[in-house]
Amino acid sequence: MREIIEIDAGQISPSIESVLKCQGIPENAIPDTRILRLAEEAISLFEEHGRPKAILREITKKDFENIYRGEGKNAEETPIESIYNSSDFLALFAVTVGEDISTLISRLFQENDFAQGSMLDSVASESAEKSAQTVEAIYENYLRQRDSFPDSYGILRFSPGYCGWHLSAQKKLFDFLNPEEIGITLRESCLMEPLKSISGVIIVGMKEIFKFEDNYWFCAECEDHSCRERIEHVSNS
Amino acid sequence: MEILKQISESLEKGDFNRVGELTQQALDQGLDPKVILDDGLIAGMSIVGQKFKVHEIFLPDVLLAAKAMYAGMDLLKPLMIKENIPSIGKVVMGTVQGDLHDIGKNLVSIMLKGAGLDVIDLGNDVPPAKFVDTAISENADVIGISTLLTTTMPVMGEVVEMAKERGVYGKVKIIVGGAPLNADYAEQIGADAYCFDGVNAVDCVKRFLGAG
Repeated sequence: MREIIEIDAGQISPSIESVLKCQGIPENAIPDTRILRLAEEAISLFEEHGRPKAILREITKKDFENIYRGEGKNAEETPIESIYNSSDFLALFAVTVGEDISTLISRLFQENDFAQGSMLDSVASESAEKSAQTVEAIYENYLRQRDSFPDSYGILRFSPGYCGWHLSAQKKLFDFLNPEEIGITLRESCLMEPLKSISGVIIVGMKEIFKFEDNYWFCAECEDHSCRERIEHVSNS
Repeated sequence: MEILKQISESLEKGDFNRVGELTQQALDQGLDPKVILDDGLIAGMSIVGQKFKVHEIFLPDVLLAAKAMYAGMDLLKPLMIKENIPSIGKVVMGTVQGDLHDIGKNLVSIMLKGAGLDVIDLGNDVPPAKFVDTAISENADVIGISTLLTTTMPVMGEVVEMAKERGVYGKVKIIVGGAPLNADYAEQIGADAYCFDGVNAVDCVKRFLGAG
């Protein structure tokens, strides 16, 4: 399957709590009303100006192996390698919230509206993440409709630049997926434009294959650690 | 002086309209623009920076205060240029070639300006030579380089090498920042410091200038 997906911006706009967290405000802190207003306004701006789109394409294990290898710069051992080798289905994806948001963020900064610009930046980052979650759910539903996703299965996505998968793999991923069709381009440095875009692979298989300890050398340098939460979600789903 | 205290307090609250009004009132009273800047705006921003450091306030509070700071600065800057009042130092800022992420760089620039430094923002996707050439032509004290990508991190090292080639290494300090970096990497490429956020960058630059 290969599909271009239009996503409703309202469907992926984030919660105020997640935006505040992204701004470095701890969960137990009580921000004053002007900060809450900034967050609400940023969400509203996103719903007005966000143009989220996605592209999803299934890929065989053999074809993915070549993309995963990229330019041969991956970490020697990665969790992704063992997971995809034991998987049953793979799909590449790319999502973007569109260029208009980046333009608006820049404009807010130029107008000295730094707090609103920064808040909108956080909203756009969170929304891009929610777009990727949406695509993952769409792929899961697609497999369920074909009776190819039993309860014993799990689903998890990985992106180049994380978990030991070198960013330079983006080049081969783009050659195969062609996200230019939804307006995402790749620079020589492997930077995606628009900036608020995410690409990667969605892996489907038995829940057990997703279990790994995040104690690789690159885990120590990772500030995200969202894998812990996501692996736990797969195990409990 | 009461009005300077009011400017500082209004800035802390992020009340940009009030800061603009009070700055104009202070000028109308005949106060020296440099005094208004140092004892009103920078004093307020300094308190904001301290509160941020101890997690008493958060990033949006700092940015609201920065907007208020700029409301006052917009009135003072033309007068200071006219009267040839020097700033405490000059920083050339940019995101390296190949990278377009500029939020981090913008936040650091805002904080540096808030501390009374002149900032020449080269934007993003900046070639190594442009950092060094601008620092030389503008007689800057510090070059600030940012990146969010692991693939463009080596470009920071190219800036350092170019500074060596042009004979300004050591004279112009080089600070680096960005999510994939750390102090070890900064040391490895020969940068003078790694800065993890805007407040830290202000402390660092002030230290280099002997004003910290």
